[in-house]
Amino acid sequence: MKPAAFEYERPSSVDEAVAALGRDGAKVLAGGQSLVPALNMRVIRPERLVDINRVFDLDNVAETDGALAVGALVRQADPRLRRHPLLAQALPHVGHYVTRNRGTACGSLAHADAAAELPLCLLLCGGSVVAASARGRREIAASELFVGPYTTTLEPDELVVESRWPLDGWTFAFEELAQRHGDYALCIAAAARRGDERRIAVGAVTPAPALLDVDSERPGESAAEQVEPWGNLHASSAYQRQLVHVLVDRAVARLA
Amino acid sequence: MGVAVGEKTWVGRAIERLEDEPLLRGEGRFMDDLDPVPNARHAAILRSPLAHARIVRLDASRALGHPGVVGVLTGADVVAMSRPFPVGVEDTRPYYAAAHETARYAGEPVAVAVARDRYAAEDALELIDVEYEPLEPVLDAEHGEVVSDRSFSYGDPGGAVAAADLVVSGRFPFPRWSGVPLECYGVVADWNGATGVLTAWANFQGPFTLHSVAAAALRLPGARFRLITPPDSGGSFGIKAAVYVYVVLMGLASRKLGVPVRWTEDRLEHLAASSASTARITDVEAAFAADGELLALRYDVFEDVGAYARAPEPATLYRMHGSLSGAYRVRNVAARNRVVLTNRCPTALNRGFGGPQLYFAIERAMDLAAGRLGLDPADLRRRNLIGADEFPYRTPSGGLYDSGDYEACLDEALELSRYRERRAEQASARADGRLYGVGVACVVEPSISNMGYITLAQTPDERAAGLPKSGNAEGATVAISPLGGITVRVATTPQGQGHRTVCAQIVADALGVSPADVEVVTEVDTSTSAWTVASGNYSSRFSGVGAGAVYLAAQKVAAKMQAIRDHLGDDSLSLRRVAGIAHWNPDALPPGVEPGLHETAFYAAPNLAPPDDDDRVASSAAHGFICDVAVVEVEQDTGRVRVLDYTTVHDAGRLLNPALVDGQVRGGFAHGAGAALFERIVYDDEGNLLTSSFMDYLCPTAPDLPPLRIGHRETPSPFTPLGAKGLGEGNTMSVPVAIANAVADALGVEEIDLPLTPGRVWELLQR
Repeated sequence: MKPAAFEYERPSSVDEAVAALGRDGAKVLAGGQSLVPALNMRVIRPERLVDINRVFDLDNVAETDGALAVGALVRQADPRLRRHPLLAQALPHVGHYVTRNRGTACGSLAHADAAAELPLCLLLCGGSVVAASARGRREIAASELFVGPYTTTLEPDELVVESRWPLDGWTFAFEELAQRHGDYALCIAAAARRGDERRIAVGAVTPAPALLDVDSERPGESAAEQVEPWGNLHASSAYQRQLVHVLVDRAVARLA
Repeated sequence: MGVAVGEKTWVGRAIERLEDEPLLRGEGRFMDDLDPVPNARHAAILRSPLAHARIVRLDASRALGHPGVVGVLTGADVVAMSRPFPVGVEDTRPYYAAAHETARYAGEPVAVAVARDRYAAEDALELIDVEYEPLEPVLDAEHGEVVSDRSFSYGDPGGAVAAADLVVSGRFPFPRWSGVPLECYGVVADWNGATGVLTAWANFQGPFTLHSVAAAALRLPGARFRLITPPDSGGSFGIKAAVYVYVVLMGLASRKLGVPVRWTEDRLEHLAASSASTARITDVEAAFAADGELLALRYDVFEDVGAYARAPEPATLYRMHGSLSGAYRVRNVAARNRVVLTNRCPTALNRGFGGPQLYFAIERAMDLAAGRLGLDPADLRRRNLIGADEFPYRTPSGGLYDSGDYEACLDEALELSRYRERRAEQASARADGRLYGVGVACVVEPSISNMGYITLAQTPDERAAGLPKSGNAEGATVAISPLGGITVRVATTPQGQGHRTVCAQIVADALGVSPADVEVVTEVDTSTSAWTVASGNYSSRFSGVGAGAVYLAAQKVAAKMQAIRDHLGDDSLSLRRVAGIAHWNPDALPPGVEPGLHETAFYAAPNLAPPDDDDRVASSAAHGFICDVAVVEVEQDTGRVRVLDYTTVHDAGRLLNPALVDGQVRGGFAHGAGAALFERIVYDDEGNLLTSSFMDYLCPTAPDLPPLRIGHRETPSPFTPLGAKGLGEGNTMSVPVAIANAVADALGVEEIDLPLTPGRVWELLQR
């Protein structure tokens, strides 16, 4: 479990970072909680790592334009994240205390594990990421970002410099079933409510987190009808569909 | 023999562990901390990606050209340079430290690359070209190659079954699982070409029978294979017994390449190719009279030991042989034991060692019978428990249970768990449609294995042709320096249990000092330690024979000091003064007394003969008893099992240090709860390991464990010097089946397989 050789760069500004990312075969190292094990197992072998941990500008959390703006170096354990009501509920489910001390919120979004909590949360609250490259900056809505397992619409040379979590009056209920505390979920369901508006999102049972239109009379059942979980060693497809049913109903009930 | 234990002794007190300060300061010395030979090169192991394949071609030439690579040891080299490991059953496929022409499990070593660092060594693995021809893997234990097939019958099981009012039968599979120690395997091997001595450092845990096995494979006389263990171990739970195979592999690499070699196993290697418990399929018939008397037990067992019957297998099967009747008075017992090979990683010791598998079958059968007879499961067990007045009790298969009061333990467990109230709560929970269950398990925990039980894999005639084996000896040394410093040296290879603390307590009592005045050296060095084949850390033998040997060595030193005082006519001479005389002034010693203060004692518990001609064996020296009560609720819509309450009551004889005892109980509980609720090693239909990382091999962490209530009784063992029995493994035997019984009770089902993960329990609910 030792990585293959790679070049290592440690920029001190966003400009330097995106310049480094403009070269072939580069990968961003932020918290490293997914990247480093993958390197060690030689599952991935980038030519160079661009370590952004000295880009101190990216450690900011600010409330701007009705959203919580979270810089790329903000760790999942950062108490400032709890200002967002959905993150406050979801973050305790993200890995373990020690991994949250290193893992970053933006890193989890860019990594886009289908069973991860934060992509689902960004989708549910209508958030976005700001991606920077030598070509400039663009904002990508969560609904446009997550494509499939470990797959986003980010270009290889783009760095997520910020994620934006709207603070616009929604209340949330987050439900997850994992076998052990901190495991990747077998199923995640979260509900949001603002006045008469409702949103439901599910994760770990679809290739990327998904917003579902559910029948308000039978939310869990109608959500379950819309997913085709692929199943895994720990949960059959039928069981995952059952969990969608149960967890969506629980989340909806908590907001009633 | 025996020692008075009261307020004036250190033994019996919950003193703090002497181990903890260095560990908490980060000054423990684990295998990877040791740098015993300069310039050791780093090894990485190329492993078969297939469960069963012919190795058509292996070409390391590209790897040899990689910068930093010292050389490569191949399976062909291993076959040329070593002999197959001796095994305890019919030797149908020679087992070497690496595969040569055929790989028989995914993860089996096929070559070792040695380089200046681990990075370059892993690079080299990618440059070794291997052509495999896939062969059909055998994964179904019932169709595996049978390497041992023995049948045993005690009493008249057939007659008892025929006469019974009720016969319950069922299949009780127990999955493969592991103790997953925090620290993986580690080896440093240094072959000295001039002297022909291999010195190896490894986090080996014993039994030191395996030193002989490794020496035979290396073609070395035992004295030229010097094995040294580090002072601290990051856990083992049996799993590190099998590191001996890698000691041989690295020893051969060192010999071939002429450099010292170090190898630190990583977690992926560990999960794929270190060791695991056996997976066992047990078909049971249990015959009962209408009043609940257990009349007979018949077992038909398939024991899947993986790709090779690696020593000490099939010990998992025979370790419990004297306890085939469990905690019960039944006199008619039969077993057919088939040891089978499949294309999975070889098995070996894992905490509980055969107990979890056996008790899962017995205690599930007891619950099935209680249901059919309309009896409370606790009452049915009480009806059959061996009585307090029947000890020492000889079991039908030859076990000699030393002491106990099983019914009193059951009573205490029922009281502590509020069993009757729980049953009432269950009735009302059920009325509300909730899935609430209560499970009981009664378990006899053998400790201090008889080395001879393994020969039950042979017929009596085959045994008669070989060297009879028996016993469980252990050695220890107590020495006092010219300045009065006390050193104890043991060969018990502690893995975190706190042996140093207990040894210091024992010696402090014997010599009238404080435990803080006693240095305990736990590194084993086969060239200088007092050890024997049975030495090591397994079958919960420390408190019986490990501590027993220390006690006897300390007594020898104390007797010699007293003789000096008597000779000089001065009973007030201090320990330091007597030590000074023994070293500095032999002229003052009594006639016939040797100079110095350095005493070694070996101890073996009594009553452990080789198996007799009728295949009866006292497979262990001491037997504790455990009664557990689990209370669970199952969430109907998700299948999630919540353990609401768990009670365990132990009788492990005299407790040498109650704080360490509770640590062992909690550890065994965690291990057992893992098997019950989380852990299992899974292979797919092609023999690929699916639980290949901690993402899929679900070891419980502290917050995942339910609360535990512990009760103790103390019925001393008459067969150990301090009256203590082992207790490191009992909960690993009892917890899986106690929780399974509770969940089966909650769901109202008879068939239940471990582990009880939410997805699997939900599937059960859909049947």
